[in-house]
Amino acid sequence: MSKELEPLADPGLPEHVHRKADIDPIAAKRAERQVAVLFSLSAAGTLLFMYSFFFIKEDLFVFIPVMGNTNAQQLGIGLGVAFGLLFIGFGAVHWAKTLMPDQEVIAYRHTLRSEEEDRGEFVKAVKIGAEEAGLGRRPLIKRSLFAALGLAGIPAVVMLRDLGPLPGNSLNETNWKTGTKLVTDPGERAIKASDLEVGGVAQVLPELAPGKKRTLEDIAKDAVLLIRLRPVEFQLTAERLSWTHEGIIAFSKICSHMGCAVALYEQTTKHLLCPCHQSTFDVTRAAKVIFGPSARPLPQLAITVDADGYLIAKQPFTEAVGPSFWERKS
Amino acid sequence: MTARERVAGNVANYVDERTGAAAWMKKSLQKVFPDHWSFMLGEIALYSFVILLLSGTFLTFWFDPSMRHVVYEGSYQPLKDVEMSAAYASTLHISFDVRGGLLMRQIHHWAALIFLAAIVAHLMRVFFTGAFRKPREFNWILGIGLLTLGIVEGFLGYSLPDDLLSGTGIRIAHAIIQSIPVVGTYLSFFAFGGAFPGEIFMPRIYIVHVLLLPGIFLALITAHLMLVWYQKHTQYPGPGRTEKNVVGYPLMPVYMAKAGGFFFIVFGITALLGAVASINPVWLYGPYTPAQISAGSQPDWYMGWLDGLVRMAPPIETFIFGHPISWNILIPGLIIPGIIFTGMALYPFIESWMSGDKSEHHLLDRPRNVPNRTALGVMSLTFMLVTLINGGNDIIATHFDLTINQIMWFTRIGVIVLPPLAFVITKRICLSLQRRDRELVLHGKETGRLVMLPHGEFIEVHEELSAAKKFTLTQHVQPQAIALVMEDKQGVLNPKGIRAKIQAKLSKANAENIAKPTATELKELESGHH
Repeated sequence: MSKELEPLADPGLPEHVHRKADIDPIAAKRAERQVAVLFSLSAAGTLLFMYSFFFIKEDLFVFIPVMGNTNAQQLGIGLGVAFGLLFIGFGAVHWAKTLMPDQEVIAYRHTLRSEEEDRGEFVKAVKIGAEEAGLGRRPLIKRSLFAALGLAGIPAVVMLRDLGPLPGNSLNETNWKTGTKLVTDPGERAIKASDLEVGGVAQVLPELAPGKKRTLEDIAKDAVLLIRLRPVEFQLTAERLSWTHEGIIAFSKICSHMGCAVALYEQTTKHLLCPCHQSTFDVTRAAKVIFGPSARPLPQLAITVDADGYLIAKQPFTEAVGPSFWERKS
Repeated sequence: MTARERVAGNVANYVDERTGAAAWMKKSLQKVFPDHWSFMLGEIALYSFVILLLSGTFLTFWFDPSMRHVVYEGSYQPLKDVEMSAAYASTLHISFDVRGGLLMRQIHHWAALIFLAAIVAHLMRVFFTGAFRKPREFNWILGIGLLTLGIVEGFLGYSLPDDLLSGTGIRIAHAIIQSIPVVGTYLSFFAFGGAFPGEIFMPRIYIVHVLLLPGIFLALITAHLMLVWYQKHTQYPGPGRTEKNVVGYPLMPVYMAKAGGFFFIVFGITALLGAVASINPVWLYGPYTPAQISAGSQPDWYMGWLDGLVRMAPPIETFIFGHPISWNILIPGLIIPGIIFTGMALYPFIESWMSGDKSEHHLLDRPRNVPNRTALGVMSLTFMLVTLINGGNDIIATHFDLTINQIMWFTRIGVIVLPPLAFVITKRICLSLQRRDRELVLHGKETGRLVMLPHGEFIEVHEELSAAKKFTLTQHVQPQAIALVMEDKQGVLNPKGIRAKIQAKLSKANAENIAKPTATELKELESGHH
């Protein structure tokens, strides 16, 4: 492709150098024995497997440096299988390298491009075929066929319709209604403000109507984190402050980024951190995002107490919880 | 004729008379494969796939992908009487109550990690040596397909045990689907059969993981290997090796013994890892619930770069006609991976367009001799490495006493600054190595032996390279830049216009090389010196 000055000449394949086993029958015999020993070690590995599987007690633990306390049966089975396989491999490769011919041979490549004659025949065959089918002369057939083929693909997509229900408004709703009691998770006990000390954190869920079973889908939207601070520590708008109760503030525990549980609370800085992608929320400023990829604060749940002093939701969440979706309003 | 030869002859005759296979078998058994350690990377991937099929089949005998609630009654005491899904309970059952079950689970997981690591290493070998060039572009695309599906398959397998860690992974995948503009919510409701997490997603990905994707894998791998077989393997340059031949060992017996033995070695090492190196101890994480999580959540290594990208994304979300577009999820989760994988798949065609090279290649490039491509590869790897570092930023922070903010900002800036820097540095290194090769061919190796000449001058004795070595260093064809013709003799403007300009520029960058020594130069030098 390029105009080159004279390149260096190819000296050709280097001369074959014989290995020891090629010329010395004693070395060849030795290599043969080595291969046999390797294969025997494989057999020993399989025996170790059999012994471990049938005779070592399942609850026997042995101490092994680095690995610590290890289940002897699992280890024996594993090592047995591993040695059984490894030494077959070592034996075969050693055999190939010492005793099988090691002289490189040359094979020639055929060009991938077909002969001109064949290429011509091929094009002709296609042309004749198309001509005989008359696709070019009968556009009506061609167009109606393509239309039918295109339409025939529709059922393949439409039939997937019943994979799931339509979302409707479900992502904008949770089980938190006005007056819903906060109950502990786990435990399902209603709680009072006094149950939570200043600096404390608790995970709560909405109390469900009797007889209704809590599903993971419920928890994936309902989980709420209660955090109690000293009221002076808040830097909230008057409205948001009225959503707290005696220093207790409630946020959705479902990350507004990708829906992981925002479970790490740092007491000294009053930051909530999501361990998945490290979105960090400032509890004192209504869970404002101060670091990481999340674009929205955690939704705050307005809480108050009922006549008996139990914590309840003042109103439902005012925005959708969890990660972004096309139909969300804010 | 010995009895053994007679039996072999009878069997061969029996088969040939019914299949006519003798002609094909004769040719195939003598088929020549070149030998090089780097050709074993793809083999490792192939063997890991076989190991995955074997160990995975074993696991299906006990694994139950159902989300049905059960109360655990198995022999692992810390989770006794805990409510969990049948999927998680059956994973615990395999781990603690099936002899060799834990070993098989660990072999399966290790094999998956090795499978993807081998694919990536194989891809790097193919890329840096230019093995993807004509006529092997199709096989490159098949390979990219296998890598993509491998990542998906690995992620699904990681998700199946339904432990706290894997459930969190599904949660993130769900959020990515849900963030797709217009159809995201619908897609997620269809995939999950309703709201997250639902009860049907697990059985669905189970059948995809054990039937659909392995089937596609088998088909693609078969096509991949058939093309290697038919087009014959590439080979490294050297004396006696040309574009027209292939030098190596015949399939029978050497290559069969070596490759067959290597299968057992790969399987053996995977089994050894499964026996001694604990991986994904799901019993420590507990069953999945959306309200809990463990600190230091990490995906498998091949998802780390994606996680790192998501973590470093700036918090941008815009509203268009009252609908949110979550750039903080779309860019790292879909757009950048889309660009990377499409770019990889199209690279052979891009390079051929840039260099104007449309000829067949069977001899591999030494990476230094193609500085542009090598630099591009190192640039991409640098990008991946920076994102991977950020994917483990929490682990790195605790191990090296850094803050997450420091690592995050380092990678946010680094992901933009370091790849171009890597490109420039790599290109310079390649050119320096070319200079060194030129020096070696023309003046020989430095021996470190100093000699004082009669008149007092000191010189260092240089040792001439062997003819074979000289040939290896100079056999490559150096590309020429495409001459830009904007207007031909008749004054007709080049119809390609700006595209021709870009191509000419890129081909000029591509052709930037240190001129290799020629026989003429070498001869001149010799006659001048002595």
